[in-house]
Amino acid sequence: MKRFLAFVKKEFFHILRDRRTLLILFGMPLAMVLLFGFALTNEIKNAKIAVLDLDHGPHSRQITDRLLSSGYFQLIQNLNASRDIEPAFRRGKVKLVVVFPPNFSQDFARNDTEAQVQLLADASEQNTAISLTNYATNIIQNYKSEQAPPGTVAPMQIDVQPRMVFNPELRGAFVFVPGVMAMVLLLVSALMTSVTIAREKEMGTMEVLMVSPLSQLQILFGKVLPYLLLSFINGCVIIALGVFLLGIPLNGSLLLLLAETLLFTFLSLSLGLLISTIADTQLVAMFASLLVLLMPTIFLSGFIFPIESMPRFLQFVSNIIPAKYFIEIVKGIMIKGIGLDLLWKPTLLLLGMSAFLMAVSLRNLKPRLNQ
Amino acid sequence: MIEVENISKAYGETRAVQDVSLSVEAGELFGLIGPDGAGKTTLFKILVTLLLPDAGRATVAGRDVVKDFRALRSMVGYMPGRFSLYPDLSVEENLHFFATVFGTTIAANYNLIREIYVQLEPFKNRRAGALSGGMKQKLALCCALIHKPEVLFLDEPTTGVDAVSRKEFWEMLGSLKKRGLTILVSTPYMDEASLCDRIALMQTGKLLAIDTPSGVEKLFKKPLFAVKANDTYRLIQDLRQAPFTITCYAFGEFLHLTTRDGFSEQQIAHYLAERQHQAVEIRPIEAGIEDSFMDLMQHG
Amino acid sequence: MDKAVTTHKLTKKFGDFVATDEITFEVAQGEIFGFLGANGAGKTTAMRMLCGLLTPTSGEATVAGYDVYTQPEQIKQRIGYMSQRFSLYEDLTVRDNIRFYGGIYGLSRAELKTKSASIIRELGLDSVADALVESLPLGWKQRLAFSVALIHDPKVVFLDEPTGGVDPITRRQFWDKIYEAAHNGTTIFVTTHYMDEAEYCDRVSIMVDGRIKALDTPTELKRTYGVDSMDGVFQILARGTSGK
Repeated sequence: MKRFLAFVKKEFFHILRDRRTLLILFGMPLAMVLLFGFALTNEIKNAKIAVLDLDHGPHSRQITDRLLSSGYFQLIQNLNASRDIEPAFRRGKVKLVVVFPPNFSQDFARNDTEAQVQLLADASEQNTAISLTNYATNIIQNYKSEQAPPGTVAPMQIDVQPRMVFNPELRGAFVFVPGVMAMVLLLVSALMTSVTIAREKEMGTMEVLMVSPLSQLQILFGKVLPYLLLSFINGCVIIALGVFLLGIPLNGSLLLLLAETLLFTFLSLSLGLLISTIADTQLVAMFASLLVLLMPTIFLSGFIFPIESMPRFLQFVSNIIPAKYFIEIVKGIMIKGIGLDLLWKPTLLLLGMSAFLMAVSLRNLKPRLNQ
Repeated sequence: MIEVENISKAYGETRAVQDVSLSVEAGELFGLIGPDGAGKTTLFKILVTLLLPDAGRATVAGRDVVKDFRALRSMVGYMPGRFSLYPDLSVEENLHFFATVFGTTIAANYNLIREIYVQLEPFKNRRAGALSGGMKQKLALCCALIHKPEVLFLDEPTTGVDAVSRKEFWEMLGSLKKRGLTILVSTPYMDEASLCDRIALMQTGKLLAIDTPSGVEKLFKKPLFAVKANDTYRLIQDLRQAPFTITCYAFGEFLHLTTRDGFSEQQIAHYLAERQHQAVEIRPIEAGIEDSFMDLMQHG
Repeated sequence: MDKAVTTHKLTKKFGDFVATDEITFEVAQGEIFGFLGANGAGKTTAMRMLCGLLTPTSGEATVAGYDVYTQPEQIKQRIGYMSQRFSLYEDLTVRDNIRFYGGIYGLSRAELKTKSASIIRELGLDSVADALVESLPLGWKQRLAFSVALIHDPKVVFLDEPTGGVDPITRRQFWDKIYEAAHNGTTIFVTTHYMDEAEYCDRVSIMVDGRIKALDTPTELKRTYGVDSMDGVFQILARGTSGK
């Protein structure tokens, strides 16, 4: 035990004395959360829109006014015909075009369910597009319910504030923070552990350690423990940033969230161990971590691209990406406020994956050098 | 203390070690001499239980390197070719770490490393990465010694180190030997061979000879002369053309000339005089280890 | 005779640390100049300045008649460089390596052709000309690296521990090549840890803690210090200074 502790102590020295490691460990999560969190909310302020009003009626004008006074949209062009829509997008400035068909006001006054407003968004920036159409839809819905005769539709006065409690998926931060969390935990746990183990192999110190009475298991867990701790702290920092800075609600149990974070950290570490049993150099460890872990996590976990809009094959592949389930769990706990009774399935999957990966990497351990 | 019987090891097509047998007595300073690629490092890794041999068996301190590898690991001290230290830990932290890992303390075995460590003590708070080559080498030796091993394996400890540090290092090995430690050391420097009790010459995975340094020198049977003149380049060219020459190589300020039997200094001198060489010196000499090694390489 | 290398009070400081301290020497064209010193004595720094890779802090130096401050590009055209660590691309063939380095120095297609043919023939590499360099024995690689360093007929060739780790015969075959190049008028500037190799040099300088502590022919140095080998000279000069 004393040996093991000496090993862990040495590991902390390595981490604390290397500025680059420290920066990656603590600077990166901060930067990512802030970048993803704020970059997206900024985008939605003063988004440039164009209006094609073929109605010229009172309601179309009022809705346009509402949109523009919300603070989210800025009118930069009034279009005259539908053929103007495409050039407006092409020029790249307009993110959203609101189209009022002829006779919109008449339809609206007669029977509000028939009246249609068309929202066209620039989908090359998918997330922005989704957010913008959601915002606009909300404002229009809001207008409708105000105009409805008392008694027909629930006259809910909805305040269109950035915090849209009834539709949280609107806000970028809500989508990104769980994703960033998954990414940072993976990166710190898997990449850092596999790289530090490879570094000892490169320096030749691994040979000396192997010849020492330390067992292979002690060496590896000595490497893992500090990172488990640091990753967990990182996870907590990200949660705190999300809640206090970006205003993400924490509707579910904090304890459950922390436990799930710990579980995912453990899973990432077993991935890191698996890589380190194969990689003999820091370069290989780095590439393996980036290619095998980070890329699929970014692209296939639903972090950036919605899983529903992926080709079927990739949807299928996304099922084996651990981050997918972790993101699902975090969103569930924080935003929907649901508990283990509804989240037992992804939790069990993560547990199973961890056990499997740990078993494989332990089986790969050999008391001798790779030939 | 070390018994090696018909050990072989190949990496794919490359036969790194081929049917090597040797034995090292307790308390002996045994040198494994050979260039890069001779198989020294592979043999070391097999003996310190890091690699499995393809064939043959070996014991160190009475323990089989394959079956008893766990027990063996705490009994050997191993210093791999690259100085295996943590550059971001201080001198003292490195030593302390290796001591703890081997389940001991610096104080318990300070006796063994004192002579070496006193030279490091003024820098004990300096990071190992900031030490000079010679100092790193000393610290690595301390770390390999701190658990009081029965056998010390030093794989090319002096490669890339300057001549002064090399000499100091060999003096340290000498005093460790006096304490009864068995030491197996490998080196590509032939001049270090004479400092060992016995040596094994190794080349492309095979042993060329095992003997005491003087025994190895005596393996050289041909006539050998040291020759010198003012134009070394022309001297080499001319001697290599000479009818009596077998080989002619530069050795420090002299050329070492191996000849067929039955040629005298006078005949060589006459041959060189005919070719207008100035300030010619010729004398018969005893072969050194390097002469033997070169001879064995070609005809062994 | 022209001087291939001259330095006058050449100094390089890294912060407070003086790596080379006012070194002054001259190397004649066609000379084999041994540049010795303990690890960390400042050899590498001095060599890098002469190759035009590092700008000196103060002092003067010329290589092949060009100034190291103002004409590093001209210098690089006229020097060859070979170190133990880097020289050839392991994942290219023998022929590719020769062509690549020839190309770097602007050899014409015809010159390249004759050069690579002559190098391959001289070194006896015909059978492996299209094999990857990594498959060659270390000694062959070193000789090939040396020939490649000479491909553009440089005035001066810098060799940084060229013979580390090879067997004694290969080491001597390498020195045969060095003698030959020097005989043909190339200046050889060489560092080594083998003290017997120091004896092969026309003149030897020994650096200690950034300064040149001795510079003479091996014979004179041995006479001055009253010892019978260059190893003895080196031990006297460098002993007790490696502990820094």
